[in-house]
Amino acid sequence: MTSLARKRQNRWNVVVNIVLIVLVIVWSIPIIGLLISSVRPQDDVLNTGWWTVFKGDGDFTLNNYRRVLGGRQATFTDAEGNVLRASGDNLSQAFINSFTVTVPSVIIPILIAAAAAFGFAWMVFPGRKLFFTIVVALLVVPLQIALIPILRDYMKIGLTGSYLGIWLAHTGFGLPLGIYLLYNYISTIPRDVFESAFLDGARPMVIFVRLVLPLSVPAIASLGIFQFLWVWNDLLVALVFLGGTSDVAVLTQRLANMVGSRGQDWHLLTAGAFVVMIVPILVFFFLQRYFVQGLMAGSVKG
Amino acid sequence: MTTIERQDKPTSSLIKLGRIAFSVLVLVGVLFVLWVGFIFLRDSNASQGIIAIIAIVWGVGGIALLFWVADWVVNRTSTATAKRLQPFIFVGPALIILAWYLFIPTVRSLYLSFFDAQSKNFVGLANYVFAFTDSKMRESFTNNLLWLVIGTGGAVGFGLIIALLTDRVKMEKVFKSIIFMPMAISFVGAGVIWRFIYSYKPAGEDQIGLLNAIVTFFGGEPQAWFTMPFWNNIFLIAILVWLQTGYAMVIISSALKGVPSTIIEAGRIDGAGEFRIIRSIIIPFIAPTLVTVSTTIIIITLKIFDIVFTMTNGNYGTEVIASMQYKQMFRFYHYGRGSAIAIVLVLAVIPVMWYNLHQFSKREGF
Amino acid sequence: MKKAVVVLLIALVVLPSAFAAGQADTKQAEKKVVQVFGAFVDEELRRFEEAIVPFEERTGIDVVYEGSKDFETLISVRVEGGNPPDIAALPQPGLMYNFASQGYLVPMWDSLLEAVDANYAPVWKDLGSYDGVPYGVFHRVNAKSFVWYPKKAWAREGYEVPTTWDEMIALMDKMVANGHTPWSIGIEAGGATGWVGTDWVEDVMLRTAGPEVYDKWVNHEIPFNAPEVKEAFDIIGKIWLNPKYVYGGTNTILTQSYTDSPRTMFENPPRSWMHRQGNFVTSFLQDDIQANLEEEVGVFPLPSINEEFGIPILGGGDQFVVFNDRPEVREFMEFLATWESGEIWAKRGGALFPYLNQDLNAYPNEIERSLAEALVNAKVFRFDASDLMPGQVGAGSFWTGIVDWVNGKNLDTMLSDVQKSWPK
Repeated sequence: MTSLARKRQNRWNVVVNIVLIVLVIVWSIPIIGLLISSVRPQDDVLNTGWWTVFKGDGDFTLNNYRRVLGGRQATFTDAEGNVLRASGDNLSQAFINSFTVTVPSVIIPILIAAAAAFGFAWMVFPGRKLFFTIVVALLVVPLQIALIPILRDYMKIGLTGSYLGIWLAHTGFGLPLGIYLLYNYISTIPRDVFESAFLDGARPMVIFVRLVLPLSVPAIASLGIFQFLWVWNDLLVALVFLGGTSDVAVLTQRLANMVGSRGQDWHLLTAGAFVVMIVPILVFFFLQRYFVQGLMAGSVKG
Repeated sequence: MTTIERQDKPTSSLIKLGRIAFSVLVLVGVLFVLWVGFIFLRDSNASQGIIAIIAIVWGVGGIALLFWVADWVVNRTSTATAKRLQPFIFVGPALIILAWYLFIPTVRSLYLSFFDAQSKNFVGLANYVFAFTDSKMRESFTNNLLWLVIGTGGAVGFGLIIALLTDRVKMEKVFKSIIFMPMAISFVGAGVIWRFIYSYKPAGEDQIGLLNAIVTFFGGEPQAWFTMPFWNNIFLIAILVWLQTGYAMVIISSALKGVPSTIIEAGRIDGAGEFRIIRSIIIPFIAPTLVTVSTTIIIITLKIFDIVFTMTNGNYGTEVIASMQYKQMFRFYHYGRGSAIAIVLVLAVIPVMWYNLHQFSKREGF
Repeated sequence: MKKAVVVLLIALVVLPSAFAAGQADTKQAEKKVVQVFGAFVDEELRRFEEAIVPFEERTGIDVVYEGSKDFETLISVRVEGGNPPDIAALPQPGLMYNFASQGYLVPMWDSLLEAVDANYAPVWKDLGSYDGVPYGVFHRVNAKSFVWYPKKAWAREGYEVPTTWDEMIALMDKMVANGHTPWSIGIEAGGATGWVGTDWVEDVMLRTAGPEVYDKWVNHEIPFNAPEVKEAFDIIGKIWLNPKYVYGGTNTILTQSYTDSPRTMFENPPRSWMHRQGNFVTSFLQDDIQANLEEEVGVFPLPSINEEFGIPILGGGDQFVVFNDRPEVREFMEFLATWESGEIWAKRGGALFPYLNQDLNAYPNEIERSLAEALVNAKVFRFDASDLMPGQVGAGSFWTGIVDWVNGKNLDTMLSDVQKSWPK
């Protein structure tokens, strides 16, 4: 590289960094506001802007988190003047439930979608175009219209309230996006990658497991994080197919119900949002190295 | 072993029959095993942690096993049959599940859309007449178009810019994580924080909404943002862009990693500037990905619902189609209209489908 | 890979059977369970569970309550999907009509009917009936025709509780003359924005047109845009649309959350001096105000306009209906129809009950006692009209109509638009 090119490169880098920092600041303002609000007392949250803490106004408290994590500590005085305390349930059960729902609800649809995407991309069969069109069209179908018929079927075969039922439901609702995204990735894998394998007479299943899956890691990782987010933050599907009693309630249900019947305690949502967010962010960090690696780069060369 | 078996050597019909019987037996055996697991999971009251682990192993392992066994069974048939059946091992499970969970319910909705509120009397096209003539519905169509153009343009545009830029800096992971974070916040939480941005208090009071605090800081009058015609839609769309840019960025970024560095280097050596490289090398290379991302975000904007429902409830001229659908179905219990609107949504996506099919036809399989 | 599959296969067979063997012993004797599904959550959920403990202890029946804020969506999905709860607590009579007309509900049986006849005013039985057949039992109810005010600030300024509408207007003008803003009104409620306004309209209509016209309006025997309705809107408009009378003017009415707006009365100095809302308003107030309710908060019924109709009370409440007819379900319903099922909750505070034979001393403070008294002794009690109207109107065009009107839409156009949306 010439020194002129390098100088230009450096100037570029400065510009790029400035633009990025501006964008990142804009994007993080709401999150910072949420974070600050989550450690402020309710009255402050409702009376002054969250940015006033930078002026040194107002107090900080962990009460919102305490109430979200430990359930509400309700104190009240009864007619005889006795002070009573009632404590809520903690969140650990809800965490386990959320994990039980989420992990298979992410892996199962990805497996099925990857197989289908491979089929659509690299195999010839009657109805290929028609089926693919239907898959794309189903992307837009609001899942609300499916709730009643599916629940009826579940009642007939005893799937209501079972984890299998909710995994399958999330699989069904997540498949169109999964197939569509993975198809677009798998179909761009260069033909010569498996040409020789096909010509050697290797079974498609072997090609799929040995070649396609490893090559699709970046796409699978991206899809994985989106499906994870969708399932983790879902409220409606869980409530319909799993129910909302405390033994099966997932995290989002706990939080939604924590803000009072009339939503008057919505300051608790600020803390709740961070509690619920921890896991997806960890998953993102964990999966990030897979989708920034760019495994494709190696295979395309030559 | 498989290659030998797949040779078309003459086999007696008895052996053939036995082989088929054996295959079927294996299939039945696997299904039985899965069924036992299911019954156990459904009825067991062992501790939650153990159930969870077994459930995960059973669910994920079961699916893998089904694929494997199906493949094994198909490969025991003659070559010609195997070749015809092979593709369906891959697309079959997906098609069956999709048919059950989405396709049949959609057909059912199509049917219900010709009936009245309680699905009792045939009403012909009345619900569609409602869907296209009701003033709120017409407002929704215009607004959805706005969402589609500005929302998709914004999210994909910002996603592309950020993906391109982060590709060139050291702090890539940090920047990306921050842009991605909005996606991880459940919408109940995100809704609260956007209240803190758009909130309005009368002039003279302490503003708790950031936007009004800025306006009053510069001496302006505080505004009730959500009641401003037209602009309130833009304020709502900003929330979508904030949420979905992370999605666009992740997908586009992973496509960028696939651009062969040799081509880019070659461009640099030829003296092409960065903009030139982006425009004539990178963009064409990732064009299919941009189509994919735009398609999914277009569909998200068509289905947009929770932002509008919780922020303005469709008041002040901000109504959208999916929110109308939800209200008709679960607020007004008018299944006919709710179904008709859902079908209209599917119809609205036809141009997008057509374009994607066009792309699809360009690619060929084996 | 093949080995892995074999291992997996074995694991899949062995593990479940191992646990299946273990579980047979741990299974406990079957306990009778009644599932109840409702819209109230959190603190109210806990109060409800406390209130039914005596029943559970006496009968050994386990009552499992599930609350969800997405109740409206879920109940219809579960009922239509063939998975209804044993009992549901429906917040809107409209919902009950819907289920009753499709034959999903179990009508009241004789012994329950007797209990309802003995313990409630007839109006509650009528509200729980569809087509003359009674289905719903009311438990906790609310009363909404009340005006709340900051007691200490009023005492300081020498404001006195008005007993007629004219006195109230005079008081408002006095406040304005003193540089005070009389009302705090906020109708923002997310996906339910506007309902606060419908309550105002209904309250005023009961006072100007009377309960009979009100009933006709609810049943659509007179059009939605009848002159009586317009009159009510005009009376409210004189307050709502006058920026001197309302804190922050129409923009604040539209954008302030109904849970936040009463708090403005207890700021220092008060931003507003009156707030019309139901008995549940106390849970929205600042913590220190809630702690000293009797000293800080005053309340009076929204005054009469036409003496002929006195002071009617507008209210609402959840009705419990039965989907699955089993002996233990019946037993629980009969319990709900008695004051015993409400007493513990009443003592804890935050709820009113309609039972005729209730002990008013059970309520923990003077405010709730007086509200309960007003509710039980009301000459005219009417259920929230928007809950009785078809969903298209009551949870749709009526709500949005209020919003449009406050936002400047012509009253006649708005009313006729709502009228047009009434399902035929």
